[in-house]
Amino acid sequence: MEVTYLKAINDALREEMGRDENVFVMGEDVAELGGAFKVTEGLLEAFGSDRVIDTPISESLIVGAGIGAAMLGMRPVVEMQFADFISCAFDQIVNMAATLRFRHGGRASCPMVIRGPSGAGIHGAIFHSQNPEAWFTRVPGLKVVAPSTPYDAKGLLKSAIRDDDPVLYFEHKRLYRSVKEDIPEGDFTVPIGAAEVKHEGRDLSIITYGGTVQQSIDAARIVEKADGVSIEVLDLRTLLPLDREAILASVKKTGKVLIVHEDRLTGGIGGEIGALIAEHAFEYLDGPVTRLAMADTHNAFSPPLEEAILPNTNKIVEAIKRLASY
Amino acid sequence: MAEANLVHSAEAGTRVEYELQLYYWMKLIRGFEERVSRLHRQNKILGGVYSGAGQEGLVAGICAPLQQGDVVLPLHRDLGVFLMRGVDPGVLMAQLMGKDGGLSRGKDSFLHGGDLSRGVFGSTSMLGSSLPVAAGAALKFQIKKEKNIAVAFFGEGAASRGDVHEAMNFAGVRKLPVVFVCENNRYAYSTPLEKQMAIDDVADRAAAYGFKGYVCSGNDLLAVLDVAEPVLARTREGGGPALIECKTYRYHGHSEHDPALYRSKEELLKWESRDPIQRFEFYLEKRGEDVKRLREQTDEKVKAILQRAVEFAENSPWPEVNSVFDQLYASPSPAMLDGRRS
Repeated sequence: MEVTYLKAINDALREEMGRDENVFVMGEDVAELGGAFKVTEGLLEAFGSDRVIDTPISESLIVGAGIGAAMLGMRPVVEMQFADFISCAFDQIVNMAATLRFRHGGRASCPMVIRGPSGAGIHGAIFHSQNPEAWFTRVPGLKVVAPSTPYDAKGLLKSAIRDDDPVLYFEHKRLYRSVKEDIPEGDFTVPIGAAEVKHEGRDLSIITYGGTVQQSIDAARIVEKADGVSIEVLDLRTLLPLDREAILASVKKTGKVLIVHEDRLTGGIGGEIGALIAEHAFEYLDGPVTRLAMADTHNAFSPPLEEAILPNTNKIVEAIKRLASY
Repeated sequence: MAEANLVHSAEAGTRVEYELQLYYWMKLIRGFEERVSRLHRQNKILGGVYSGAGQEGLVAGICAPLQQGDVVLPLHRDLGVFLMRGVDPGVLMAQLMGKDGGLSRGKDSFLHGGDLSRGVFGSTSMLGSSLPVAAGAALKFQIKKEKNIAVAFFGEGAASRGDVHEAMNFAGVRKLPVVFVCENNRYAYSTPLEKQMAIDDVADRAAAYGFKGYVCSGNDLLAVLDVAEPVLARTREGGGPALIECKTYRYHGHSEHDPALYRSKEELLKWESRDPIQRFEFYLEKRGEDVKRLREQTDEKVKAILQRAVEFAENSPWPEVNSVFDQLYASPSPAMLDGRRS
């Protein structure tokens, strides 16, 4: 069945709520309105107001209350209306949720999902375009995922809901309605912590996730057609924990690495991946580990500004060509 | 330890027995606090130690009406909550010493560990952050139509934090079964009340969230019970949230490192003369108890319990070094195991 990325997320929520009565959804405008992007549309009608809960504008409360309910065995899926707003809940995530199992000597769990739309490219400007994943990818106790396709979106959300630890689930809002895919109906999961080669190649690896996966595949095809260079695209899918094995396997196979992400360059996960490769696959490299990411500035609004700072297919093509000819 | 959770015996016994039990709990908590301070001076308990000496009345009065299945979120000064919910004094002492036998198994200090089997949720040092969590526990009770309540402690200092507002507002909107308890001990570390807020009573704020606020003397166990018993019962019966403010005072500084020179001797003296344990002894005497004998008996019992607790904690091993990577996740993946490097 062909579904959009957004429908895949909605289906995952609906199926998991049907499967487990402890799963509930909470956030700003998620019930009556069905969410700012309609991700939770129809859930109120299907499951009632005890399990689809509108909240005041209180991100710290939304996450904190999710933690409290999760500690008593519920499986809350809480929404940040825009992933940018997650900064308001930072303390609850990194101090309360992430340390919970550790602080309690392993005798407490926080099976909670925090999901929300991240990413730029829809003229959202500074506060509706951010990619906040790297604030969290260095926090033990959390898991962080960022799907790029409808199949992964559905499978990863199901895994996240069934996981016994807090999972941050970043969905790229530009993909909501722009991406469609034929996926199996009904239940399937995608494991957390497993990257996937989305495009096989021999000469150069692109390591990416989320909103830049399809752009990377498009760029790979362009270069392959024009220059005959064979390019592999590895979709990380999970950012914490990183699939180190898959990363190193691809690098060892191709010898050249381009890391692409829409999150900012400095402090983005690309730096960690570069260090990992330098430490564990240095002798396999035939060129410098290269990064293409959002420039070190804010998510500017005006179209020429936004265009200038974000990665896109053309910029990826140029980066591939430079690295391939090294 | 053989000490049963108060909850069961309170329901079974008479009012007189109930009050005598509460006297015992206050004495045990005070004794525990004093022993902790001593162990800290002896370098047997390291790090930050936050004494609740002087605040035993409010802890006893709020915990007394709690029932099986209720959730309570204590503060850093509320080790009495752990004891009254039935946490073994030895385990609690091991927790404070960073031993493997503690609630955190050495992973965190003081009262950041909890015991979910007794409904005690561990807190963080970001005071006030427990209130949203309490609201979430209450939300679970509401969704599942259970007759339990959540009780969250916070200080008047944390009352200035946004989490407190967010939690109370949401609790009011959803009429959640949660009771917020403000321990107003007049100081946020060194900052006095008048620099923290422009009102006298934190309880006044409850009206803004659509529920009732109550003020009582936290140093008077009977006064706390007079408020806590009907208020907790009302919340349990579906009456929605409430805020109870207990006026109190901590005898020690913010932590044991703090000599609290920002307070006057006269002020401390004034509050020491309102000591919750002595005040309750006065009541028991008026009621006809042989208080001298009761005090001696209780002191002896407390001394024995503390002796066993310290022995247990001192004999508990230090945690294995590699355990610092345990309990980060329910089941670590191979990728996570790779990350166990320094």
